[in-house]
Amino acid sequence: MSENGETAFTAVLETTQEEKLPGGRRRMTLNMGPQHPSTHGVLRILLELDGEIIQKAEPDIGFLHTGIEKQAEALGWQQVVTLTDRMDYLSNLANNLAYVLPVEKLLGLEIPPKAQWLRVMLNELSRINSHVVWLGTHCLDLGAMSMFFYCFREREDILRILEMFSGQRLMTSYIRVGGVALEPPRGWEKVMAKFIREFPAKVDEYESLLNTNPIFVERTKGVGHVGLEKLLDLGVSGPMIRAAGLPWDIRKSEPYSSYEKFDFDIPCYPESDVYARYRVRMEEMRQSARIIEQCMAGMPEGDWKADASKVVLPDREKMKTQMEALIYHFKIVTEGFRVPAGEAYVPVESPRGEIGFHVVSDGTSKPYRVFMRTPSFGNLQCLSDLFVGRLISDSIAGLGSMDFVLGDVDR
Amino acid sequence: MLPDNLKDLTVPAALEAWDAEALAGGSHEFGETTLWVRPEKIVAVCRHLKEQLQFVRLSGLSCIDRHPMEPRFEVFYLLHSIERNERLRLKVALPGENPVVDSVVCVWVGADWYERETFDLFGIHFTGHPNLKRLMMPEGWDGHPLRKDFPIHGHKYSYQNE
Repeated sequence: MSENGETAFTAVLETTQEEKLPGGRRRMTLNMGPQHPSTHGVLRILLELDGEIIQKAEPDIGFLHTGIEKQAEALGWQQVVTLTDRMDYLSNLANNLAYVLPVEKLLGLEIPPKAQWLRVMLNELSRINSHVVWLGTHCLDLGAMSMFFYCFREREDILRILEMFSGQRLMTSYIRVGGVALEPPRGWEKVMAKFIREFPAKVDEYESLLNTNPIFVERTKGVGHVGLEKLLDLGVSGPMIRAAGLPWDIRKSEPYSSYEKFDFDIPCYPESDVYARYRVRMEEMRQSARIIEQCMAGMPEGDWKADASKVVLPDREKMKTQMEALIYHFKIVTEGFRVPAGEAYVPVESPRGEIGFHVVSDGTSKPYRVFMRTPSFGNLQCLSDLFVGRLISDSIAGLGSMDFVLGDVDR
Repeated sequence: MLPDNLKDLTVPAALEAWDAEALAGGSHEFGETTLWVRPEKIVAVCRHLKEQLQFVRLSGLSCIDRHPMEPRFEVFYLLHSIERNERLRLKVALPGENPVVDSVVCVWVGADWYERETFDLFGIHFTGHPNLKRLMMPEGWDGHPLRKDFPIHGHKYSYQNE
């Protein structure tokens, strides 16, 4: 906290002890959550109010702490992929990718273009999924009930596509060390093409419902402003930074998984209010649809997993006919593969911001340490700055505009 | 003090020119730079990196437990400069007995929760932190779960005799 913030903090504490403010008003402490409809998870916020104005906001997290980082040290390298889904149920593919990239870096694996294209395509699909759910729930918080139904209509289509690819709707674990888990299903192009053809019109539909809606605009424009410098200092990343006027996107600045080969824009608005964050996410959905189109048009031929017999399970056919493949199959299934000692960190642009796994290996078949740098954790730290000095009704808009998932915060 | 392959890189070279005493070594592997910083110099190094070398973001901060080796703990700082489009990893080695290091909250406000989390899960004390209490585990929890000598499975209490 800055020096000014600190003095304000102690001043608040002192007046609380006195209980009364000038003019006969009293300060009230309000407990928001842990189960509050607008916190989208188990978050507790201790508010100190002077009338309708928030004087102090202290988030209390850890209710969903599941010890995933500790659990990762007990599982094999490939098994950890399934844990990463469970951190954040909306951007599961970005989480998979963020874990898999540093492991592949340590292994020195070359990923075939088809697997990279598939990864990019599904990542963008999960970005749309995440933004759509964000939009629906954010509008629900602000009282626009019908948006939720429109958004979940599209989400259902996306989940069907994810199910087609991986057999799972939420916990896909589709991206694995060495490529992707399964061959793309038959007929996926048709389903995906239909979705992408129709999707931009749906974004227009959302915008026609919200951009000219006086209640929505009134409740978001100029609300929840935090300066760019403050946001960077707090470690905030993703759409919140782009809505504060800085066109920083990891897909462009530090491209991974062939993102440099795709053509897309970084939406950027300077206002840094709730409305700007909404605009950025809407524009990002359009850009994601653009990337998926390019993926489909230029999907390379070839294998969808790396040529690394010690890491990737062999084909069924090979396993039954070749002695060596059978040995590798046995080794991978029983012991797992070993990763050379070292450490690596590869940042990935998830729908919420920068996600990265700092992976440490000691040369065995289990990770020595996996530190999960999650975007929600970094973003939630600006809660106090979004709340203090503002109206309690505006705090809900500000809270929603952060777009966090509590599982991602607590891990 | 720095290995030769780091001397050609701008940031490590600039840091060494500024204060050669502060660095205890470093490495450059997989295109990622790691610098070992002496624990007593960490705040000065971070402030210099933020103010002079544009490392405006602290992307993350945590720890590695090398139990039973000594020095046991490696606290690492993931730094990021958007302007330079560069990432840097700082590391501080701390002993297993009473691990203490200065807090960098005075440099980046965002270090607040990361340091609290590291305190909670590893038991590293950050001196100068404004509010160093547990973040993930409940208040009054015994032990630090991410330490290597903390069990992964098992129950804390026996419920059979109660």
